[in-house]
Amino acid sequence: MITLNNIHKTYNKGLVTALKDISFSVKDDELFGLIGPDGAGKTSLFRILTTLLLADKGTATVNGFDVVKDYKQIRNCVGYMPGKFSLYQDLTIEENLNFFASIFGTTLKENYGLVKDIYEQIEPFKDRRAGQLSGGMKQKLGLCCALIHRPDVLFLDEPTTGVDVVSRREFWEMLKKLKKQGITILVSTAYMDEANLCDRIALIQKGQILSVDTPEKIIESFPEQLYGIKSAQSSGIFKLLQDTRSYPGIASCFAFGDSLHATFNNSSAKGLIPYLHSKGSTDASMETIRPTVEDCFIHLLKE
Amino acid sequence: MQPVIITEKLTKRFGNFIAANELTFEVYKGEIFGFLGANGAGKTTAMRMLCGLLTPSSGKATIAGFDVYKQTEKIKQKIGYMSQKFSLYDDLTVSENIRFYAGIYGMSYQQIRDKTKELLEELQLQSEAKTLVRELPLGWKQKLAFSVSIAHDPDIVFLDEPTGGVDPVARRQFWDLIYHAADRGVTIFVTTHYMDEAEYCNRVSIMVDGVIVALDSPSNLKKKYAAANMEDVFYELARKATRKGD
Repeated sequence: MITLNNIHKTYNKGLVTALKDISFSVKDDELFGLIGPDGAGKTSLFRILTTLLLADKGTATVNGFDVVKDYKQIRNCVGYMPGKFSLYQDLTIEENLNFFASIFGTTLKENYGLVKDIYEQIEPFKDRRAGQLSGGMKQKLGLCCALIHRPDVLFLDEPTTGVDVVSRREFWEMLKKLKKQGITILVSTAYMDEANLCDRIALIQKGQILSVDTPEKIIESFPEQLYGIKSAQSSGIFKLLQDTRSYPGIASCFAFGDSLHATFNNSSAKGLIPYLHSKGSTDASMETIRPTVEDCFIHLLKE
Repeated sequence: MQPVIITEKLTKRFGNFIAANELTFEVYKGEIFGFLGANGAGKTTAMRMLCGLLTPSSGKATIAGFDVYKQTEKIKQKIGYMSQKFSLYDDLTVSENIRFYAGIYGMSYQQIRDKTKELLEELQLQSEAKTLVRELPLGWKQKLAFSVSIAHDPDIVFLDEPTGGVDPVARRQFWDLIYHAADRGVTIFVTTHYMDEAEYCNRVSIMVDGVIVALDSPSNLKKKYAAANMEDVFYELARKATRKGD
């Protein structure tokens, strides 16, 4: 459904490289996640695929159409929700929807089944101007507008940034339902935990793809044994982190919520707990654990 | 433990709407206090009252010993503030930003010179002193913004979603800075949507529909709600919210 071949993009006359030889593809009906921090190149990639920006080199297609030659066809068959709210602030919810529907020669009624679940949540406020909506409602309106012409592909650029845990879960539930209706979704996020909700993901940093695979495969490819370290003592996670990092056999150690994730040089893992006990963390315990996508991302950043 | 933030039934109404409803809590010196809540729960309103930017409708609060009704200018000198959305000036250099903020807080030229040197060394940014902030990677920008926000040695620093969008390593380096500041006795008052970061706080409060519904250490909250992690605690409490939005 989407293919990218050696896409390269620079800004400032070549001084800033936004994307370096990016190649991957997204299959039909896939929920594909582009996972990486701000500045990784996610938005540039979205803008190239939605025909709003020209790449310096390389080719890309969306739904079989070339992003340069066939830009008009692409614009008719994709929905795009940019990271920055881009609807008309001084039009109401209803006016925004009617506006986008008429541009695509359709009506809200025509594809109502697709947006029903989302639209019903904002319908009570349909006479309110978009500029006066809360963040969560803006996000839902944006999604409705992006879906109004029943696109084949939906591009969502950081839809959950700054959104609380409850709304994020709701949003991903909506995406799952849309996927079932046969819409291919490319979604970007800086939240690593959302990677698990995608069929496949690309990890991206500084304009380069670090890895493309299913979340499970990426986790399986973590090359080392990972350990989780815990201590319930009130001295806190930071002392535990500092003590663990001072252990001679440690290769890497990062805080993950209430525990530490660590890898070791050679076979020095078993010496850590006695070492921590000697440092005063007498209840410290350690077990082997399965890495998360975030562990994999941190590992790939080091390479 | 010495309280540096004390609130008693602190309330803010906008017409009939109660944005923050009878907030009563204390935050101690050197504590890392996580101030959590869903979008629209009233966190921003509460923070603006604590920073002396918004007059409460009723209730009491003192920040670093100063009253939120009468001594707002005193409060502003005793606190630092940083948010992800706005912190530094993109079109000033690194050292110009430090000079600007330190100058606003009335530091002398000598103090500013010393502080600039100290900060640049601590962040290992010496070679970037004359770089425009817009050219720094986001992770560095946020670390610099935090250091600038505590350059005038405030008693309390308010961090409003400081780590949004940064990569996982930079996010953890940012928390290293937070811990160092707390070790030196600076009180950290932080909001975040990353629930793993809630675990790094000494205590957290969770606000739902204008009310603080839970306040305790992360480990006690997890026990109380029989939850595996703070995300589940938060979800359990915040999904009952009836307010939607920011």
